[in-house]
Amino acid sequence: MFELHLPWLELAIVTPLVGAALVFRVHDPELAWRRAIVFTFTALCFTVGEWQDFNSLHTFEAHDHWDIFTPLVGPDALVVDELSAPLIPLAALLFFLVTLTTMKTKNRRFPFAWNLVSLSLLLALLSCRQPWGIIALLTAQAVPPWVEIRSRGRSTRVFTLHMLLCTGLLIAGWMLLSTEAGTLKNVAIIMLALAVLIRSGVAPLHCWMTDLFENASLGTAILFVAPMSGAYAAVRLVLPVAPDWALQSIALLSLATAVYAAGMALIQQEARRFFCYLFLSHASLVLVGLEVATPIGLTGGLCVWLSVGMSLAGLGLTLRALEARSGRLSLADYHGLYEHMPGLAVFFLLTGLASIGFPGTVGFIGAELLVEGAVAVNPFVGVLVVFAAALNSIAVLQAYFKLFTGTQHTTSISLKARWREQFAMLILSALILGGGLVPQPGVASRYHAATEIIARLETRESHPGLAVQSPNKHVVAVSKTSR
Amino acid sequence: MSTNTLFFILGIAVLVCPATLVVILGLPPLVGRPLSEKTINRYAYAATVIGLLASLFMLAMMLVVGTRHVPIELGNWVIIPQQHFHFHLKFIFDRLSIPYVILSFLLCGTVSAFTSHYLHREQGYGRFYVCYSFFLLGMIVSSLAGTIEVLFFGWELVGLSSALLVAYFQERPAPVINGLRVWSVYRIADAAFLMAAVAMHHLTGAGDFDRLVGTGSWPDGIAVMTGGQALSVGLLLLVAAAGKSALVPLSGWLPRAMEGPTPSSAIFYGALSVHLGAYLLLRVSPLLEVSVPLAVAVVIVGLMTSLMATLMARVQTDIKSALAFASLTQVGIIVVEIGLGFRYIALIHILGHACLRTLQLLRAPTLLHDYHTIENAIGGRSTEESGFWGRRLPRSLQNWSYRFASERGYLDGMLDVFVVRPFQRLFQWCDAAERCWTDFLSGGHSRESDEVQIHNEIVEELRL
Repeated sequence: MFELHLPWLELAIVTPLVGAALVFRVHDPELAWRRAIVFTFTALCFTVGEWQDFNSLHTFEAHDHWDIFTPLVGPDALVVDELSAPLIPLAALLFFLVTLTTMKTKNRRFPFAWNLVSLSLLLALLSCRQPWGIIALLTAQAVPPWVEIRSRGRSTRVFTLHMLLCTGLLIAGWMLLSTEAGTLKNVAIIMLALAVLIRSGVAPLHCWMTDLFENASLGTAILFVAPMSGAYAAVRLVLPVAPDWALQSIALLSLATAVYAAGMALIQQEARRFFCYLFLSHASLVLVGLEVATPIGLTGGLCVWLSVGMSLAGLGLTLRALEARSGRLSLADYHGLYEHMPGLAVFFLLTGLASIGFPGTVGFIGAELLVEGAVAVNPFVGVLVVFAAALNSIAVLQAYFKLFTGTQHTTSISLKARWREQFAMLILSALILGGGLVPQPGVASRYHAATEIIARLETRESHPGLAVQSPNKHVVAVSKTSR
Repeated sequence: MSTNTLFFILGIAVLVCPATLVVILGLPPLVGRPLSEKTINRYAYAATVIGLLASLFMLAMMLVVGTRHVPIELGNWVIIPQQHFHFHLKFIFDRLSIPYVILSFLLCGTVSAFTSHYLHREQGYGRFYVCYSFFLLGMIVSSLAGTIEVLFFGWELVGLSSALLVAYFQERPAPVINGLRVWSVYRIADAAFLMAAVAMHHLTGAGDFDRLVGTGSWPDGIAVMTGGQALSVGLLLLVAAAGKSALVPLSGWLPRAMEGPTPSSAIFYGALSVHLGAYLLLRVSPLLEVSVPLAVAVVIVGLMTSLMATLMARVQTDIKSALAFASLTQVGIIVVEIGLGFRYIALIHILGHACLRTLQLLRAPTLLHDYHTIENAIGGRSTEESGFWGRRLPRSLQNWSYRFASERGYLDGMLDVFVVRPFQRLFQWCDAAERCWTDFLSGGHSRESDEVQIHNEIVEELRL
């Protein structure tokens, strides 16, 4: 396996942990915020370094220079590949932007130290291909939000029940998978698929997500769901072992969730819940793309994963900025905020349109590939994907109109975006529009990742015993999937 | 300089003008540096005039050289060669697109000049022109599109700018509600468009219109699809066209769109946007020759639209709505012409109708003044005698027709009763079920969002 020139992954994972240790000891919220910014930014720099270094190697996978984990834990413990290479910096960017845009009035309530722990766990998860490592990290990831909900004095039961169930199914499923008996193997696959469905918020197992948005701070909720660790688990744990019937079942349930959540987003009377369902619908569309398992559909799913991560995180940041000014936002009536914050309004619209795959934004080509892949599998699936996207687009504009138009808003203070918010908007806008106007590099990279995933599926079909391993079959895949 | 190079430069100039206008008008407000009215006007004027001159010069060149089909190839925007997937950036100047592009520049320029006075010192002056620039770009891209994906790109820009301009007077709820209604209809129609694009990809291997209509230039192309394929793709495109051109049964949004400022009403719903659906049908008209059922469907939709619109236009009490339905009557007739295969007549009808309706809509704000002038000239009130039908139809049928027309064919009402409300009820029921479930799991009240106040402005004062 190729080696990166520096231990980028280890540095990126350890940096937030060190930061968390330092921030835990600080009692001044302002100082904690400043330190959190420094450490999330440093982690972001390391992840960008990892991405660039990986791209310069022109390989499918690589591990760290001076990799200390492989001798200790085994191979695949800390690896970057085509799938995870852009996801790692994206995750770090989201944490940095959320930390940066936290309003001073919120510093006291926002758990910077726990978010640094979350960042470290997330980066470790995205760098891990070892099944038990992934299961352990997925479980550990649920701890920081749980602590926050508990510290806010809210009920943790919904969140705890779902996360425990997910973890239990993952552990039991993976243990049973090694058995030889066919029935037990099928049970194991069903357990793993169920765990992934819970973590991805597929209906009717999605209530933990709405509960998280209700009870945690909006920043924490966004950071927990936006990187889509459920989809990551699906690719790493389920896709390599699941037979076609399991993949089709996941795809169908995800499709139903995409439509259901889009419909629910349309009727919500509160901004957080609207965002939650909008995200849920998009995350389910990503799963549909991943589980149809055709080169085009998978490429579409992976493209939408990145675009949705960027755009909906941006939309979430805008809502967070509005909440910091006006408290929780009702969608039962108009607020007319455009006049006071035109920049935030335009950014809300831009990110919302990007999430639905509007032409010229980063989501456009991904959405088209996804529909193309879905239609190739079954035209009815394609129709439902398009229908969900249409409902989402109506929900986005409805929320925009409710929040920013419809009345005259009076206030005696300036509500305009602060420079830190403007900076975050600028970065995300550049990524959304840049990725939309020059989509080829992103699509090519996601296609390579898709072909590698499909190669593993083909390896599994021809050599069932090798299913869990990760052979580099990129070249084979490209030639096999070519017509 | 060779002829081909000159064609390429002119073609690029036509495309770059509106794209540059979008960048120039769109970026400064984003970074907090909005442009002055004078600067905005100058750029809008320059973009439309240069674009118009370039397209006129292109037309002249085509006539001189004797070619009727000039493709401008910009390569593949996205390509996955192994999967034969490509997003081809291709634009076509032909006998259909050139007149429509010239019309677009001409009418957009006229409306821009009118707007500079009409919206002078309005708070949303800059916002109007940003939407206007997106609309112009969308129109030019749609008109010149050589592939269905490029057409979809422009189509979406036109849709978004239209919805935002309907909601232009955004400090009132009514325009916003109407803007959302327009957007909703557009999105459903766009979904059909996207499905048509994907279906075309699967059937012909590419989204190029050349593949769809053979190698012959418009209107001489011959579709390479079978009758069944043409019918399926054509019906999806007919739904898309019905959404954009307000054809039956998707006509309900048209009078609502009149909430926008008069210049946008003139350019969108009187002139360009409302004809875009008909333009799409003209572009894919070779499909109609392959599938007779498709042609029949187009004729029926056009005929029904025309009949209903003419009835509705007679009972409107405000001039803009009356003009909107009058416009729709003509669009319906244009669609019938397309269905019957009279393509040149349809194109000429579009051009003439768009110019007339723009003039009428731009004159609409001065209607009362015009009436005063007329009545002063004739020395009394003008009297209206009952028309041909008024004298022959029974009273009960007249009353029914009046109710039918004033309720706008019950189209909006049916949409609300049979689609929107059941949809809302279903998902509200699901929401309530979810509440019960999370309440049960959490052992108490699980939703803080239930207690969110509708207006919470006092919090701002406390927080910042």
